[in-house]
Amino acid sequence: MKRAFPIFAILTAGLLSYGLYGALIQAPTEQTMGDVQRIFYYHVPSAWTAFCLFFVNLVASIVYLVRRSPKVDALALASAEVGVVFCTVVLVTGPIWARPVWGIWWTWDLRLTLTLVLWLIYVSYLMLRRFSSSGQTPVMAAVLAALGALDVPLVYFSIWFFRTQHPQPVIGGGGSIDPRMLHVLLMNWLAFMCFAALVCWSRYRLEILRRQVEETQALESLLAGGSSR
Amino acid sequence: MTYLFAAYVATWVIHIAYLGHLARGYARLNREIEELNRKR
Repeated sequence: MKRAFPIFAILTAGLLSYGLYGALIQAPTEQTMGDVQRIFYYHVPSAWTAFCLFFVNLVASIVYLVRRSPKVDALALASAEVGVVFCTVVLVTGPIWARPVWGIWWTWDLRLTLTLVLWLIYVSYLMLRRFSSSGQTPVMAAVLAALGALDVPLVYFSIWFFRTQHPQPVIGGGGSIDPRMLHVLLMNWLAFMCFAALVCWSRYRLEILRRQVEETQALESLLAGGSSR
Repeated sequence: MTYLFAAYVATWVIHIAYLGHLARGYARLNREIEELNRKR
């Protein structure tokens, strides 16, 4: 992976640039909303990427509960942290899009509220991991992640089963989308997924390295204590 | 157009801020590794 990392990073940078070009220039202008609709090409792929990362976190948490592997635990932490970053992007770009279209920054609509709850659940997960000093922290975090992940399908399907102010899904929701818009949307999703994989890998490596350093430091202090007696 | 650019800029500010946080984490860890090596 170390050798492939720079190549993958260059490829991702190319995809992100192409995605940006597609979103700002290539995609046709939407008739009713105008240019502000182009926020869609960042808002929706960010949400899908966050959902994928929370799914990785769920799988890693379940595997950790079964096998107690520290590497899987590090992956769960990395995916949750990067997922929160993408979810933050969704919660920031959403209101910026809502203001010119709905006339308000925020409304306590079901989809919006559930997304905020999702963000709060994973921020709580990260807080637990950051500030709890208990040896059982990874187990508690894995249980919280398994329960918190239940909110992901609620967020996704809230606009299918309830009447909300949020627009209906563009894919599989009975609506139609211009093929050029769909192409740009999927390109941006691919670019964001590659970017998320890169960042997640970097965070995973950092976590593994941090644990190794902490173990070495603990061992060194034990040895120092033993030799002074 | 202001809202569109605000959304795109906000997205990259969030991502770059997180990348900066990661870079600081790596730098701190490298300092700790160097310190451990010096002690040996």
